[in-house]
Amino acid sequence: MSTITTPAPKKVNRLGFEVLNYKGAKTTLCAGCGHNAISERVIECFYEMGVEPWKVGKFSGIGCSSKSPAYFLNMSHGFNAVHGRMPSIATGAIMANRNMLGLGVTGDGDTASIGIGQFMHLVRRNLPMIYIIEDNGVYGLTKGQFSATADLGSKLKTGVINDLPPFDCCALALRWGATFVARSFSGDKKQLQALLKTAIAHNGLSVIDVVSPCVTFNDHEGSTKSYNYMKEHEAMLHELDFVPSYEEISVEIADGEVRDVELHDGSHLRIRKLHRDYDPTSRLGALAALENAEKNHEVLTGVLYVNTEKPNFLEMLHLAEEPLVTLPEARVRPPKEVLDEIMEELR
Amino acid sequence: MSTLEVSPAEPRFSEPGRAVVNDFSIQVATVNGSGSQTANTVLMRSIFQMGVPVSGKNMFPSNIAGLPTWFTIRASKHGYIGRKKEIDFLVAMNPETAREDVMKLDSGAAVVYDEPLKLNELRSDLHFYPVPFDKLVAPACPEAKLRKLVRNMIYDGIVAWLLSIDMEEIRKALVKQFGKRKAKAAELNWGAAQAGYDYAAKTFTKSDPYQVRRMNENAGKIIIEGNAACALGAMFAGVTVVTWYPITPSSSLVETLIGYLKRFRIDKETGRATFAVVQAEDELASIGMALGAGWAGARSMTSTAGPGISLMSEFVGLGYYAEVPTVIFDVQRVGPSTGLPTRTMQGDILSTALLSHGDTQHPMFFPCSPEECFTLSVEAFDFAEQFQTPVFVMTDLDLGMNNWMSDPFPYPDRPLDRGKVLSAEDLEKLGGFARYKDVDGDGVGYRTLPATNHPAAAYFTRGSGHNERAQYTEREDDYIHNMDRLAHKFETMRKHVPAPVIQYREDAEIGFIAAGTSHYAVGESCDQLRGEYETPASYFRLRAYPFNAELTEFIRRHERVYVVDQNRDAQLLALMRLEMRPEEIAKLRSIRYYGGLPLDARTITDEVIRQEGR
Repeated sequence: MSTITTPAPKKVNRLGFEVLNYKGAKTTLCAGCGHNAISERVIECFYEMGVEPWKVGKFSGIGCSSKSPAYFLNMSHGFNAVHGRMPSIATGAIMANRNMLGLGVTGDGDTASIGIGQFMHLVRRNLPMIYIIEDNGVYGLTKGQFSATADLGSKLKTGVINDLPPFDCCALALRWGATFVARSFSGDKKQLQALLKTAIAHNGLSVIDVVSPCVTFNDHEGSTKSYNYMKEHEAMLHELDFVPSYEEISVEIADGEVRDVELHDGSHLRIRKLHRDYDPTSRLGALAALENAEKNHEVLTGVLYVNTEKPNFLEMLHLAEEPLVTLPEARVRPPKEVLDEIMEELR
Repeated sequence: MSTLEVSPAEPRFSEPGRAVVNDFSIQVATVNGSGSQTANTVLMRSIFQMGVPVSGKNMFPSNIAGLPTWFTIRASKHGYIGRKKEIDFLVAMNPETAREDVMKLDSGAAVVYDEPLKLNELRSDLHFYPVPFDKLVAPACPEAKLRKLVRNMIYDGIVAWLLSIDMEEIRKALVKQFGKRKAKAAELNWGAAQAGYDYAAKTFTKSDPYQVRRMNENAGKIIIEGNAACALGAMFAGVTVVTWYPITPSSSLVETLIGYLKRFRIDKETGRATFAVVQAEDELASIGMALGAGWAGARSMTSTAGPGISLMSEFVGLGYYAEVPTVIFDVQRVGPSTGLPTRTMQGDILSTALLSHGDTQHPMFFPCSPEECFTLSVEAFDFAEQFQTPVFVMTDLDLGMNNWMSDPFPYPDRPLDRGKVLSAEDLEKLGGFARYKDVDGDGVGYRTLPATNHPAAAYFTRGSGHNERAQYTEREDDYIHNMDRLAHKFETMRKHVPAPVIQYREDAEIGFIAAGTSHYAVGESCDQLRGEYETPASYFRLRAYPFNAELTEFIRRHERVYVVDQNRDAQLLALMRLEMRPEEIAKLRSIRYYGGLPLDARTITDEVIRQEGR
């Protein structure tokens, strides 16, 4: 029997690209690794938002998480930097080309241990880029040592107990200058999508700390970054929705229930409150919420802080409108008269 | 500014036949933070303005105020501008060092000193000129608060009278120093200089032989620090991203550059910058930013000294393997941590050549003068992009922070060379590319810049584990293939690095090999060896690493070759040993100086004569 089938029309985004165009190489991470789920969300969101892939610069440091930029956005340039120092590579590249949409993917060791210095200075500069921390509290690639985000008292597979308190990367980021700070869980598809899309639209540093369980070294009883622990302890701040600038705003905003944040490009982040009094524009409120969550052994997820007013690093540098890399010789090499003038001054 | 009644410079000798004209060194010993820099610069400049070749070297402590500082000015009718080991004329202003400074002098030297120090009691074979500085400064500067600042200017007047320096030149140098905006400060200093001059004229009978007499050797020349010259080179190379972390002796390189960029690289219409300068949190970050920017296609640079080079090590290795262009200025100095950060040394030659882990080799340029700081900096930016690799411009504290006479810099005579970069149009024609494929046989692949508007533009940048298409690999054959290509690229560089400057003496059995600021001492030593010992010497001035074939040829043509190093471990010599054949190595001798001062000719000459068994 033979049937003639018409292939279903391919689903494309506003640029005419299929989701396939946003994929990367096949992952080499462990099956079930939270990082793979995050890569999937990146692919979906950049596809759905219709981001031109060649405008994206992918940056990472060293570790399992930092391998993942090879597994999405094949049509984007990527730079796998050295351990803990991806922020400096990204800073240089984004200064050089302000049209680049920077997407950094890093881990808790890469950011909070070896990379805490560069992370804090990136935060301080509010460099416009997306900075995803794939946070599992453990070193995977060197086979299971604690990182600086491992919770106090959490246990390694080998039975070793962590006796130092963790850095909370979200608290650090929102206190010292990042302008979009969120926490999520790699298993929460809908929330992570909304956060990533907001980050794509945000014109400043977006830090998203995603708890992403390590199935090999840190997904057992006693771990506070396991799937089970997250299922039991995740406390959502709110339900999120993201409306891109090119979609018409049609839903009425119910006062007291939904808060609407307009981003630089006209997109809207819509926050449906679970916690009644939570105000994501208050830095102090965000810090208090994180403090309370820690006390209650909760992992607070959602948008912790957003600030659409503060200038980003490129604005502070007062750079030319065109990317520095595209400036022609006539604009970067002063004419002979200038050299003559300087020589005369030195006589 | 009132004009002084200046008598035309006339020699003031009792015995004119003894005069030593335009061939001596002055040392001014002060306490740092006492405002002596103005007085010293003005003194040096006034001799420069009289057309006499001159050099000034500041030997200063790692301290803001209160420790001894020496400024040495050398006037040389022969044009020798290296340090002169012997001091002929001392201005002793620092009570703490005065005694030792005087005891070190050769017999016959002159000493201007602060009268209460009573230095004349120390020796009877010197010419002493006591000056009551405190008494002179009060009438010259009615405001007591400012006296400390202008007190040193008095010795400029004293020295001007003693050495027959035209006071009009002192006045001109002061105007140059302070500019129009600080006319009041210039006036005050001028008053102090005049007071010194008048006192000397009234009080002293000149008994020493030293004298400045007008020449015409400096027409058109400029005075500039090497760091400023590198900064200008960077600006005229079209640098767009500059990252740095403050460290002596390199800080003034970027600080000067910032000043020039703000003047000449702000878009007139929009008021926006065609550059980004970031003071990074440390050298780890400054090299990371420079590499990120170079990867993205900007002309990027960072500037540092030895300790910063050490910190940059890992990233520089990644830059080598990932093949990312950037320019790193290394203003070399003495050792880590506290110690002698304000003293000069060629201390990073060996470690920089092979910086990082795995097999790494990096091109280095060695300018010896401000003019070369400019031209080789321009060239370094082209070279980095041509060869897609970090390039080091190796200067040192002596060149970087001291004032040098120089010919004016030539405007670059060729357009920027941005290297092998594929555009979207190129990609459209080619259909794709392999980032690390040696298409042209020179070891250099083609790259694309991020954000190139073409679906085939992207590639993934990582360390050593990549194949020709920039894909991840751990295959043995891929790794070896890539390493061999990188080695081949380094071989190609040999033909494109700045050429050495070679002076062959046909009758010479011995030769010198030197780089950077060793030049001045070596050039003068060649004259000393010929003049004093009838020993002609050829001279090969290295301007870059990797070495080229001419180096081997030079060694082959001489019996013994002295490699001059301003470090203890003969780093330049060691680097040569790595690639020379045994018969060449057998000819190499080492001359090393590592005391932290600029190298002088006498040290070299004495050591050659010792090793020659003469």
